[in-house]
Amino acid sequence: MDRCAIIGFGMTAIEARKPGSTFADMVWEAVNKALDDAGITIKDVENVITTSNDFFDGRTISCMAVGDASGVREKNCSCTEGDGTFGAFYGLSRILSGAYGTTLVTAHSKGSESVSSLITNAAFDPIYERALGLDAITAAALQANAWMKATGATSEQLAMVSVKNHGNARHNPYAQLPMEITVKDVLESEMIADPLHKLDCSPVSDGACAILIAREGLVKKGRKKPVWIGGVNFCSDAYFLGDRDLAKAPALTKAAQKAYSMAGVANPAKEIQAAEVYDAFTHQELMWIEALGLAEAGQAGADLAKGRFALGGALPVNPSGGLLSGHPVIAAGLYRMAEAVRQLRGEAGAAQVDGAKRVVVQGMNGLCGQSHCVWVLESGK
Amino acid sequence: MAKRVAVVGTGQTFHKSHRPDVNGQELINEAVQRALEDADLTLKDIDAIVIGNMDHFEGINYVDCWSVDGSGGTMKPIIKLTTGGTTGSTLAIGGYHITASGLFDKVLVIGWEKNSESDTTGAITTAFDPVWDRLVFAGAIAALAAEGMAYMTEFGITDRDAARVSVRDRKHACNNPHAQLRKEITIEDVLASPMLSDPVHLLDVCPRTDGACAVIMASEDVAEKICPNPAWIWGTANRHTYTYVGDFKLGEIDSMKYAAAELWKKCGIREPRKEIDVIELYQPYSFAGIIWIEAMGIIPRGKGSEYIWSGATDMGGELPINPSGGVIACNPIGATGLIRCAEACGQIRGKADQRQVPDVKLAVSTGFGGCYWTDILLYGKKKPS
Amino acid sequence: MCADLSGIEPVIYKSGINVPYHWWAGDTASAFLTALRDRQTITAIKCGSCGMVFVPPRKTCPQCFTPNTQWLEVGPLGTVTAFTVARKQLAAIKDTVPVVFALVKLDGASTSMLHKLLLQNPSLAKAGMRVKPRFAQDRTGTILDIQGFEPA
Repeated sequence: MDRCAIIGFGMTAIEARKPGSTFADMVWEAVNKALDDAGITIKDVENVITTSNDFFDGRTISCMAVGDASGVREKNCSCTEGDGTFGAFYGLSRILSGAYGTTLVTAHSKGSESVSSLITNAAFDPIYERALGLDAITAAALQANAWMKATGATSEQLAMVSVKNHGNARHNPYAQLPMEITVKDVLESEMIADPLHKLDCSPVSDGACAILIAREGLVKKGRKKPVWIGGVNFCSDAYFLGDRDLAKAPALTKAAQKAYSMAGVANPAKEIQAAEVYDAFTHQELMWIEALGLAEAGQAGADLAKGRFALGGALPVNPSGGLLSGHPVIAAGLYRMAEAVRQLRGEAGAAQVDGAKRVVVQGMNGLCGQSHCVWVLESGK
Repeated sequence: MAKRVAVVGTGQTFHKSHRPDVNGQELINEAVQRALEDADLTLKDIDAIVIGNMDHFEGINYVDCWSVDGSGGTMKPIIKLTTGGTTGSTLAIGGYHITASGLFDKVLVIGWEKNSESDTTGAITTAFDPVWDRLVFAGAIAALAAEGMAYMTEFGITDRDAARVSVRDRKHACNNPHAQLRKEITIEDVLASPMLSDPVHLLDVCPRTDGACAVIMASEDVAEKICPNPAWIWGTANRHTYTYVGDFKLGEIDSMKYAAAELWKKCGIREPRKEIDVIELYQPYSFAGIIWIEAMGIIPRGKGSEYIWSGATDMGGELPINPSGGVIACNPIGATGLIRCAEACGQIRGKADQRQVPDVKLAVSTGFGGCYWTDILLYGKKKPS
Repeated sequence: MCADLSGIEPVIYKSGINVPYHWWAGDTASAFLTALRDRQTITAIKCGSCGMVFVPPRKTCPQCFTPNTQWLEVGPLGTVTAFTVARKQLAAIKDTVPVVFALVKLDGASTSMLHKLLLQNPSLAKAGMRVKPRFAQDRTGTILDIQGFEPA
């Protein structure tokens, strides 16, 4: 693969609601922060990928709402539907294809404007399943039970993910829910769907994120230290939950193996210094850690309890506070990439992971993490 | 390293107004199976999948995930692209870049729609800005009619001139077994059909269709091993410029003008009318068949109608347009732009059967959608330099 | 953000996507749904190539990518493979909570089917429990022709 790098990023603060901002306002803020971060202008951007979802936006052709704010006038552009990590992948491939030198990738979400339960219910098959009344949370709860039964992970271990991530968010000025909480707080919070308590679930959020990717020859245009793309891949599991072993995430493992192989990573648990993963629910962070090869199968809960994934631990996971501290769906994975860039530049302040040279990022689409996109980002070429 | 990309196989359903016998995944599967057969590949050979439709036509969220039983995406990379009416052409452009990236050798591109499952106009209306446009503007026809009216006013053409375009495409469609409307019509039929929105009659506009299209793209490393005479993609361009209904210039389609000019420049096309052998134009209503070929640079502004009447764009003419019958004969929206790609590539590969234009060396396909947006692709028999 | 707009009243504009849908179930799902409605039986379809027995039935095998060939009846007994007790009245949930959602692997099937458990005491739900379907009195050819699964 030709070398490409992320030369800039911009994020809005993630908030429960942004009543003063439209989709376009949020994207405008993120894009301008990204341009400013890279020290370039919109004229230097050769093409644009927006990322959106018509259901979450309550609008057919939802990309229409953010085109102008993403600077698509007089430029080639397109729209990916799904998580921002997939939008970034398409943005990268438009550079690797030789067509463009720089891509601006944007993603946005306003959970505050809609009813997430109904929107995720619409991801169930309309003929066989939808009338049953499940949504992303109840589906994830099925998965959590299945995974806990298979691995022996405990509710206390799940709660520790929440304690860690909300705690990490205290160092992140963009996070929605920085909190100092205890395992007891999590376990005593409202039970939403067994075994997931309110504090096991990510919140509903508003936010937009933008990143700028450039091919090697143009990287010097950026004024900050470039963050190099070592590897990327994505993979989907089966659709019907009953077709899958819900306690496993083989699609994530496959995507990760390919991304690692591209980046020349043989032993991810040793060669990666931090991870930003899609912790929509506490058990998912632990599941994804294992599927990414960052812990032995069935050991993530125990490793967490020993502090391995905490700030200051051997392999901090979601030092940004993760999605549990703010979950603008669709933009969420792009936020993870931007957070990885902060780490790799050494700009993460109190959440900085010492010696972070390689960070793995994961985004996902669909119910219970059906389809995953994995990025390996690096501080050196 | 960037790779050159060719289309090595295509498959379409036999498009119909209603397909009660299959659900969406099964419809997709028909097109995929035909594309695999055309390329003489199996699902195992496919390295990645690009899929798209318009969400609110079927009301299914995360279609990339939901459709894997039909697309073959289980344990494969699958990504969804969607841009409204341009979705199909956006998919073709996406398939091109993802294959050209060198990350995947063989990429399956799928566009589909089951328009019979919802209220098409109701769903399209939600495309417009909820605060500014949605309450005062209904569906796609009003915007198209406004464009037709503006052009008529400027150049003095009539609905009879536009009808000539419908007559052409419906005649061409009789040669295409995949088209939905395969019955010739006359200019009088068009003019006598109900007026939908002045000056647009029912027979001036596309129908709604259930259908799917799949296209297999391959990198130059493997393309010629799969298919001895693939259709090479020379270049792509697009403009998705407008956001509000009031933003675009009526009667003149800037997005086509700029996208086409960029593509001709990138691919070294100096005289598109002379150099291009066939065009598959995403033309949702007849007036576009006049206005948009001017914007494309085929014919000077104001001369489109005369060119259509000359027969130059009919089968056997100087530059046949829509040998497939085009969008007026068939419009499964998320597939439509990709069908244009498949048909253009079929022309290059000499596989267009009854609708084959002789000796096609360069072909063009377009996509239209969003708020007067354009996608355009150029294909060649020769590998691009 | 323009400074002179600070303190402006945020206007909420209420709307919704209200599009009617009528999904064609297709021949395969129609066969399943009419069997539920008319015969109170749960049918599955088998891949002639790998032998997987799919519930819900689908026209083609996702792995072999060939048409499934053989219809058969499965269950009615099955085993719960995963479950959750929904305690909060989320918008998608039509029944009054607590509602038990579960994956049930019917005897003879290779895949599990998503449905509900009908339990007096939801807290007694557990993976591995044996269940049987309870059919609705008025059946209309939908997945809700099975009211849910109850302990066998």
